[in-house]
Amino acid sequence: MGLLKELKKGVLISLWFVFLTFPVMVIKVDPIARTVVWRWANALYMAVGTFFIYFLVQFFLRKKENRKETNDSKEQTLSFIHRILQDRLQRNILIGVVAVVAVFFPQFLSAYQTNVMTTALMYVVLGLGLNIVVGLAGLLDLGFVAFYAVGAYTYALLNLHFGLGFWAVLPIGGLIAATFGILLGFPVLRLRGDYLAIVTLGFGEIIRLILENWGQFSKGPSGISNISRPGFFGIEFSLQSSIIYTYYLMVLLVLVTIFVVNRLQDSRLGRAWIALREDEIACQAMGIDKRKTKLVAFSLGAFWAGIMGVMFAAKTTFVNPASFTFLESAIILSIVVLGGMGSIVGVLFGALILILMPEYLRALSQYRMLAFGAILVCMMVFRPQGLISNIRRTYTFKKKTTSSLCR
Amino acid sequence: MDYFIELLFSGLTRGSIYALIALGYTMVYGIIGLINFAHGEIYMIGAFTAFIVATVLSIYGFPLIAIVIIAGIAAVVWSSSYGYTIEKIAYKPLRHAPRLSPLISAIGMSIFLQNYVLLAQTSDFLPFPRLIPDFPFMEPIAHIVGSTDLVILVTTVIVMVALTFIIKFTLIGKAMRATSQDRTMATLVGINVNRVISATFIIGSGLAAIGGLLIASHIGQINFYIGFLAGIKAFTAAVLGGIGSIPGAVLGSLILGLTESFATGYVSSDYEDVFAFSLLVLILIFKPSGLLGKATNQKV
Repeated sequence: MGLLKELKKGVLISLWFVFLTFPVMVIKVDPIARTVVWRWANALYMAVGTFFIYFLVQFFLRKKENRKETNDSKEQTLSFIHRILQDRLQRNILIGVVAVVAVFFPQFLSAYQTNVMTTALMYVVLGLGLNIVVGLAGLLDLGFVAFYAVGAYTYALLNLHFGLGFWAVLPIGGLIAATFGILLGFPVLRLRGDYLAIVTLGFGEIIRLILENWGQFSKGPSGISNISRPGFFGIEFSLQSSIIYTYYLMVLLVLVTIFVVNRLQDSRLGRAWIALREDEIACQAMGIDKRKTKLVAFSLGAFWAGIMGVMFAAKTTFVNPASFTFLESAIILSIVVLGGMGSIVGVLFGALILILMPEYLRALSQYRMLAFGAILVCMMVFRPQGLISNIRRTYTFKKKTTSSLCR
Repeated sequence: MDYFIELLFSGLTRGSIYALIALGYTMVYGIIGLINFAHGEIYMIGAFTAFIVATVLSIYGFPLIAIVIIAGIAAVVWSSSYGYTIEKIAYKPLRHAPRLSPLISAIGMSIFLQNYVLLAQTSDFLPFPRLIPDFPFMEPIAHIVGSTDLVILVTTVIVMVALTFIIKFTLIGKAMRATSQDRTMATLVGINVNRVISATFIIGSGLAAIGGLLIASHIGQINFYIGFLAGIKAFTAAVLGGIGSIPGAVLGSLILGLTESFATGYVSSDYEDVFAFSLLVLILIFKPSGLLGKATNQKV
């Protein structure tokens, strides 16, 4: 029924995309050698690719429609991971497996793999930090990387000038980043969501440009090198064991972060954030101090970013402004959006997928940013709640006569 | 004094380019209340299309005047098509979603388009062909105002007049104004809102393409990343003037262009972008509704 019509539409759409991508995909000019290369094969790929993508999209849209219809009558179906998490035994088994893998990971795999995993874990913490701001409080922060940079440069500069160690600077870096969060937060939190996004983006760029141009302070684009690695009661490490030590440190930090964020989420403050995200005016009417609540969210998010900044500087032993571009903020945002805004397990998965996948699929690493962009759009269109959505705590009122009251 | 006039003209030129891009932001915002984050990328694609077409034509030995016209038309056509398609893919399905969703989708679109051009073309800076010759009658003042600046200013004025005409007197312009005032009411009086939104994206993208063509021939080189900064600055200009207001976008752009020009001329060129961003932050803090924008109260 209507298959021919669908096919016709698919062909028309693929022809439109061939036209659309024609100059950029097909023609390649070399203005200096004055030669033109016509890459007709690309037009063909484009036509076939968009034709299939069109039907894929139609399929997903229909599925989404169906789900909407069934949801009205039935109770919300839980995703696979949530079913595991709800069952106590299954959850404990899962946690046990993850713990064993995490502990023995560096024993079985090379230092390189361990290093990659450490990076992924850093993004888990960054994602969880941004999750407080974006996922829970609903403030779109596009300059998150600024706080990361503040943390990294705090350690780099304190280490360079005063020789302070990793453990001393870890809280200082976090606190300084949190202070920056408050300083930025004070004036801008009155703004509506989308303005806030742009101002934070501007702030992120200002920090990067200052680091790049203020040579005497930050050593400019060449950056600061020879930063000390994390120490352990003054024991000297070889490079190999230092990488493993950093890994375990990161695992510990991830655990602490998950614990804190989880506790925060269920606290009075966490519920205030969620209320604020849903409706600011209703929230104020309920007597929640809007400004204070937002500021706390902002500074806590910044705090984790600052701590990760210190960790980053200690891990790579080198910082320069090029590590803190807008794309970094976009990656962290992708993690939160892909995983599911407000969901801790989601952020965990999101970070591991987005950071590890390009690392292991080297051939695809070139297409990494392209994929990030596409992920953001597709997630918003097809699955705005993310891979593993956050389930609201619901109070189920059980009586013999009435069944259940949700939400 | 010559230096001052030189900076003044350079500021006006910058301002005109920002205005061409800022109009796209402000029109889209006025109609669907969305910051079209991918607008800077549309401008970049306009510049790239113009670059590709102009270079191909110049290699095949077309005369300069033909190159300018064909490259200009190609840039406008393709940019408008991109604008139209982006709206259909990334924004239309999200029209009734929460506020943050279309914004995140727009950011995704922007990253996607940047990397699409990066992968399909190159990450290097490409030399843009000289499309505007030195006019002989500009000879005496060439050290203050270049021919390109003159062309940019004149083109911008013509485009602005045309745009004002479209919005004030044509049917689609009236429909646009009606839609921006009240979308539901516009539907009730028989305006096809989806068509109006598409038209807004097409016109806005066409303006951005003209901006892209002009700035690329002014600066003389392009790369896949130019849309990001230009987009942010044009957005700053739109906010400065009051987002949603068309004269505001032009005023804001000229102020931003002049500020940048004088700041780099008299203070330091290292912090050129810092000035623009600081200006953005300051405006949003002290006058979020902009110079010509109307402050709206949220009603419950």
